[in-house]
Amino acid sequence: MAQMQDMKKEYAQMVERVSPKSHTVRDCARAFWVGGVICTMGQLITNIIKSFGYNQDEAGLLTTITLVFLGILLTGLDIYDSIGKYAGAGSIVPITGFANAMVSPAIEFKKEGYVFGVGARMFTIAGPVIVYGVIASVIVGIIHYFI
Amino acid sequence: MGKRLGKQTVKFDSPPSIIATASTVGPKEGKGPLASYFDVVLQDPLWGEDSWEKAESKIVQKTIERVIQKANLAPEDINYIFAGDLLNQLTASTFGIRGLNIPFFGLFGACSTMSESISLGAMVIDGGFANYVVAEASSHFCSSEKQFRFPLELGTQRPLTASWTVTGSGAVVLAKNGTGPYITHVTTGKIVDLGIKDPMNMGAAMAPAAADTIVTHFQDTGRTPNDYDLIITGDLGSVGKELALELVKKSNYDIENVFSDCGIEIFDPVTQDTHAGGSGCGCSAVTLAGYLYKEMQNNKWNRILFIPTGALMSPGSTQQGESIPGIAHAVVIDNQRV
Repeated sequence: MAQMQDMKKEYAQMVERVSPKSHTVRDCARAFWVGGVICTMGQLITNIIKSFGYNQDEAGLLTTITLVFLGILLTGLDIYDSIGKYAGAGSIVPITGFANAMVSPAIEFKKEGYVFGVGARMFTIAGPVIVYGVIASVIVGIIHYFI
Repeated sequence: MGKRLGKQTVKFDSPPSIIATASTVGPKEGKGPLASYFDVVLQDPLWGEDSWEKAESKIVQKTIERVIQKANLAPEDINYIFAGDLLNQLTASTFGIRGLNIPFFGLFGACSTMSESISLGAMVIDGGFANYVVAEASSHFCSSEKQFRFPLELGTQRPLTASWTVTGSGAVVLAKNGTGPYITHVTTGKIVDLGIKDPMNMGAAMAPAAADTIVTHFQDTGRTPNDYDLIITGDLGSVGKELALELVKKSNYDIENVFSDCGIEIFDPVTQDTHAGGSGCGCSAVTLAGYLYKEMQNNKWNRILFIPTGALMSPGSTQQGESIPGIAHAVVIDNQRV
């Protein structure tokens, strides 16, 4: 048994040595500029909406809706996956990435029907974000109540 | 037990012959370095169907029909089909051949299925239980991604160690009598697990199994790397190939000069963005049915050791933190009936 453990350890080191590493600096730079562009677009949309006389809260809400719409549209047009491949976290973290995570399984599982396919599988990737997002907001709410 | 050699190898008394092969591949494979060797290159990965699963079944059906036709046989002449794929409950294979009325054994060996089907087909023929057998394996990039990984439209980055599932099916007809190339030996692999847990580095998970089967084959048969013109694994990719080479070297066999991998041959990693290489049951199946078979007929190689490799995990086992067991079955394909 101990010998097997040693073999596994030795092999893990071999794999570590041979496996190519991702280009961290390059990937970070790409994530930074693409993520930055998405956020700047969000700000631009907010400013445009505010110029029509909406207040900050209303404009924020409308901006979110617009960005989610754009994320879904680009997913449906087979473009968002290419952006994601290039930008990584830069296009996953913004809300457009959340839209992509909801809609891509919906497209993929349409063949399994609208109930067990689209309806159920839609949450396979983004579901945990919703669950833990809600839990985190409850915890923050409780802390906020006491301070 | 006169046919057994050593621990895991059998040598056939009357080696079955491959009398025909057929291959169907997807558009991406059709742009790869081996494109000219394939019978059918699809322009559309759905092939006019409305789901990836149906498309894969159609690929299986058409490839098997084609190989029977190329062998100048009728479906009634085939005694058994040995086939498998990556989808749950082997639906790609079973749905594909349900109209053919041929006795069927369904196989799951993950990406090692092509040598599993050839091994069993050859044993059945040498044992006198069949005259003609079809051995086939298939995979489809889109149906595999859907089942094992992420939706196609999800914007993610694949690590550099990841491989690209080949869309395609390769089939061979094995016959009792024929003019070769022949299946002379089979070394059946055992499950080897050195604790790799990363499903995005399957080459590393499978390399120990490949090395184990290669070394066992040499020990069982008394042969050396010099006895082969080509030793080719299924889908280790660039990472797994390095590792297998090193592991085989530890057992004092140097295969470097004759060693390749179907996953490396089938795609150009620079222009096709396939990272470590091709994978899936279809990878070794179409490479054998297209490239290897045709070049053996051209006498580029006269004796090859063909070793498709499989990573035996499921999405559930990965999520439960299990390591990935590997398997590799070796088949000797020889232009001479030794």
